Amino acid sequence: MLPDVLKETAAAVDIDSRFPEAITGGHTERGEPTLFIAPAFIVEVCRFLKTEQRFVRLSSVTAVDWLPSEPRFEVAYNLHSLDRNERLRLKCWVSEAECEIDSVTGVWRAANWYEREVFDMFGIRFRNHPDLRRILMPTDWEGHPLRKDYPVHGYKYTYQNE
Amino acid sequence: MRELTTHTDSIAATDAVDLEHRLVETVPGTTRRMTLNMGPQHPSTHGVLRIVLELDGETILSAFPDIGFLHTGIEKECEVKTWQQAVTLTDRVDYLANLSNNLVYALAVEKLIGDIEIPPKAQWTRVMMAELQRLNSHLVWLGTHALDIGAMSVFFYCFREREDILRIFEMFSGQRMMTSYIRIGGLALEPPRGWQQVVGKFINAFPSKVDEYEELLDSNPIWMRRTQGVGITPLEDLLDLGVTGPMIRAAGVKWDIRKDEPYSSYDQFDFDIPTRTENDVYARYRVRLGEMRQSARIIKQALEGMPEGAWQADAPKIVLPEREKMKTQMEALIYHFKIVTEGFRVTAGEVYQAVESPRGEIAYYVVSNGTSRPYRVFMRTPSFGNLQALPALLEGRLLADSIASLGSMDFVLGDTDR
Repeated sequence: MLPDVLKETAAAVDIDSRFPEAITGGHTERGEPTLFIAPAFIVEVCRFLKTEQRFVRLSSVTAVDWLPSEPRFEVAYNLHSLDRNERLRLKCWVSEAECEIDSVTGVWRAANWYEREVFDMFGIRFRNHPDLRRILMPTDWEGHPLRKDYPVHGYKYTYQNE
Repeated sequence: MRELTTHTDSIAATDAVDLEHRLVETVPGTTRRMTLNMGPQHPSTHGVLRIVLELDGETILSAFPDIGFLHTGIEKECEVKTWQQAVTLTDRVDYLANLSNNLVYALAVEKLIGDIEIPPKAQWTRVMMAELQRLNSHLVWLGTHALDIGAMSVFFYCFREREDILRIFEMFSGQRMMTSYIRIGGLALEPPRGWQQVVGKFINAFPSKVDEYEELLDSNPIWMRRTQGVGITPLEDLLDLGVTGPMIRAAGVKWDIRKDEPYSSYDQFDFDIPTRTENDVYARYRVRLGEMRQSARIIKQALEGMPEGAWQADAPKIVLPEREKMKTQMEALIYHFKIVTEGFRVTAGEVYQAVESPRGEIAYYVVSNGTSRPYRVFMRTPSFGNLQALPALLEGRLLADSIASLGSMDFVLGDTDR
């Protein structure tokens, strides 16, 4: 269901007419349109945006941990179109229990490292990702540092035994 | 090195690609394949980047960049600082573009706050400092890139000018590198007395210095042989892999965030976007030299037309009061106490702010939940995006060319790993 505030965003209207069930909400805050997409549709919507709406660039993929709310994680895709000089943000909610979402590496190869980073930092797995490994933390690291229940100083060290 | 009898086709799948150098002989006497570990201490990787190269003679079959050696958890640390304190962390993301990082963070938070107006003098000073920063970054890039390829003297010329820029930074902020000069609500300090003379002296002489670099390299036969026709990758691949900045402009795309999504009054300045179409290492060099000239133009305009007036926003809840007011006015003292002990609160919401850093698009995704600390700060750094295209630039080319290609990408590993 497309909210009224997004009726003026051309890309949002086009997604809504093509995939009527994909959009679960959205808003335009401070001039930045944001669309909430049902996780099952994310790859199709992205492919549509890239091939037919000229959003050739995927600026970044990241996540936000909203502990203790459920679903816990919000995965954000920041898209950019050079021709239209426009930015668009897509968001998907991912629950802690499932903690999986489809990868968009098949649409933009740029997603590869960003999704690895989200996996590394939040522990969200991306289905069909070609090479889902940790990217910034060491391979034998335990835990996902950017989760809100992960202490800033890590699990291994405390200030007491320094 | 030792001979291995097993043939490994691809090393992508192995976790944490194992370190040893291997020599693989498929059929005795024919092609000899070698897995070579380049970095993390190799001088031409400009920091601690490790690339695992699979070689067939001198041809690179595959390249696997391995990053994360400089990961310092800056994003996590931002979450426990107050909004203003986190400015000092943004400096440490990219040591050659700390003012761009300050700027994008300040712009993002100011956009979140909403009802805060940055006075023109602060905006123009921000532009001037960001452009000096661009010169600084490009100078370090040019010096080290030329050094990699074998032209040593360029390095000394570049660092001579860089020293002047660092002195200007020190004069403004008290720091040469980690300036933290751009703060939420304006600047950290008032521009010092006599800055016009210092900046003026530097910027009047600078275009002739760029001439010197061009004289050294432009038609230097060794430089041309090493850079022309090297590192060509189709534009579609570059865009698809998330490359931004001078690399894209050297492939013919006229995209610069300063022009397309102007911020901090860049729309009041007159400058061009240098582009090339050759898409090779030489074109990237030409684009960056062109950008140096344009930056010099912007700084000159900022110097000549610098507006008078306040250098901080009129927002007592966010900006620290003047010392004199704090000593004489009760209200100012209360604000000072609140800002220092608790920090200020920022309206809940989210912002994705992008600026053009020397390396490309730098964008901060800042999320607030209405408290005095950032809920999430995501840094989309240009080096991370650009480095992803590394295999596309190296694979199928000669090993010797990889040094030129790597240099032309101009990445900073601190920026990649954050």
